[in-house]
Amino acid sequence: MNREKAGDWLAFGALTLGALAMIGPFVWMLSTSLKLPAEQFDMALIPHSPTLENYPRLFEIMPFHLLLWNSFKIAGISVAGQVLTCSMAAFVFAVVRFPARNILFITLLLTLMVPGQITAIPQFIIFKWLGLYGTQAPLYAPAFLGGAFGTFLMRQYFLTIPIELAEAARIDGASLSRIFFTIYLPLSKPALAAFAIFAFLFSWNDLFSALIYLPGDIEKTTLTVGLALFQAQYGGRWTLMMAASLISVAPIIIAFFLAQRHFVEGVSMTGFR
Amino acid sequence: MGNLRPLGAERWWVLAFLAPTLLGLALGTFGSIFATVGISFTDWDLLSPATPAGLSNYTGLPGDRLFMKALVNTLAFSGLYVPLTVVLSLAVAMGLNRKIVGIGFFRVAYFLPTVSSPTAVGLLWTWIYAEDHGALNAMIVALGGDPVSWLGPKVALYSIVIVNVWGAIGGGMIVFLAGLQTIPKEYYEVARLDGATRWQRLQFITLPALAPSIFFQMVLTTINAFQAFDYIYILTRIGNGNSTMPTLVFSIYRSGFRFFRMGDAAAQAVVLTVIIFGLTLVYFRLQRWWGAEG
Repeated sequence: MNREKAGDWLAFGALTLGALAMIGPFVWMLSTSLKLPAEQFDMALIPHSPTLENYPRLFEIMPFHLLLWNSFKIAGISVAGQVLTCSMAAFVFAVVRFPARNILFITLLLTLMVPGQITAIPQFIIFKWLGLYGTQAPLYAPAFLGGAFGTFLMRQYFLTIPIELAEAARIDGASLSRIFFTIYLPLSKPALAAFAIFAFLFSWNDLFSALIYLPGDIEKTTLTVGLALFQAQYGGRWTLMMAASLISVAPIIIAFFLAQRHFVEGVSMTGFR
Repeated sequence: MGNLRPLGAERWWVLAFLAPTLLGLALGTFGSIFATVGISFTDWDLLSPATPAGLSNYTGLPGDRLFMKALVNTLAFSGLYVPLTVVLSLAVAMGLNRKIVGIGFFRVAYFLPTVSSPTAVGLLWTWIYAEDHGALNAMIVALGGDPVSWLGPKVALYSIVIVNVWGAIGGGMIVFLAGLQTIPKEYYEVARLDGATRWQRLQFITLPALAPSIFFQMVLTTINAFQAFDYIYILTRIGNGNSTMPTLVFSIYRSGFRFFRMGDAAAQAVVLTVIIFGLTLVYFRLQRWWGAEG
């Protein structure tokens, strides 16, 4: 038994070290962003003369308020598109019997394997041909075409709703769309919240598509591309760079603390248990 | 599964509800795959019309030093990233799956890197890895060592693996925690009464019960590994669209969207897809074989 106790303490120690390694970099980010440029290379964790001056400087150099707004807008539209189109398909897969249902669902799941790069090339050519290169549309339009991840997540949740509810409503003369909007969606708020958070993060954190479609237009582009441009111009000015990263992760971290439960549910729901 | 049979006008509703998904499958996925394969047999810079190129985009790949370097890097990266991520997230999940002080803090701590933007966090890691006065080198110098070029061509692979694993442990941990919570506590109590050691409990209870989660986590982590891009772009990019550790996705980005060599980029994307499909197939074969053994 004593050896078990020792093992428990060892595991606890390792977990604590690991947790510090996870959080440490963020603390370092905050600390550097509060230092004067002249003090950036002193390794003190707590700045000698803490200052907020890096933050206004940031907005003078680059329109970070526009970048934040652009990322927020694109992510918001993407969430709307994903939540609507994925849960519509998920509802049909979960509730209605129609020909080739299983084959279609499996085909959809198989697309999880298809790397985004193989679809990116023709998509780029089409958007360019449509004259949408250099606009934000290519970043949110694909969100309106459903997707395997969201459809799977929502279908799993819809399957837990007793089918008798839909059957009874149908006998009372409710249409399928009515059953979807007045029964299934209102009963699925936890899953919708979890999926919405996921879709938001996916869009907010996206770098690849934003680099392709909006590589240089600082008025229109996203926060991720803005940060990469900022890095290219101000590399080595660490107090400014850390202030810039902090501004970009802060909204997500705050949201994470407010809605932790939904974040965690979103991941575990798709865990293929 | 529900079995409502649509009648009359309801059939149109079914079609309408599925329309975005069907369009996405037809255009977004299968149409795009066909188009990419087609483009890979051409030379096309998007300014002049595409010209047929036969197999030259493929036959040119083995002689393309940058592509070969990217291929080797991608394989090495995945070979390290996948086992490290799966094993560490499983270990953390098992550590957190019991009553310990500050469990909420631990969960948040491990999950934080997973939700943060890799671009923003990547900037932070450039500061940690910086050759002059970066956090790591400052520590090494203080201990009397020589500064290391963490993002230089020699060490970049390992530095990049560390950052990516750091960012991925949280996601795997949550999945494994959910799996662990479905194992009845009684199993462990009985095993303990029978005098089973820690190792035996892991071997005969935990791992078999988690086998499905571990399997899918391996598949998903592998798919992600071959598509890793963000940290690599932020941490290893150097002048002229190059990188100190180019991967396949980086190479596709460079050929297709920096230099607009669409045929070349399409051929590389096809190779990447074939590798991912092949590996997934191998996983499923292994799983069947494993199941037959057990």
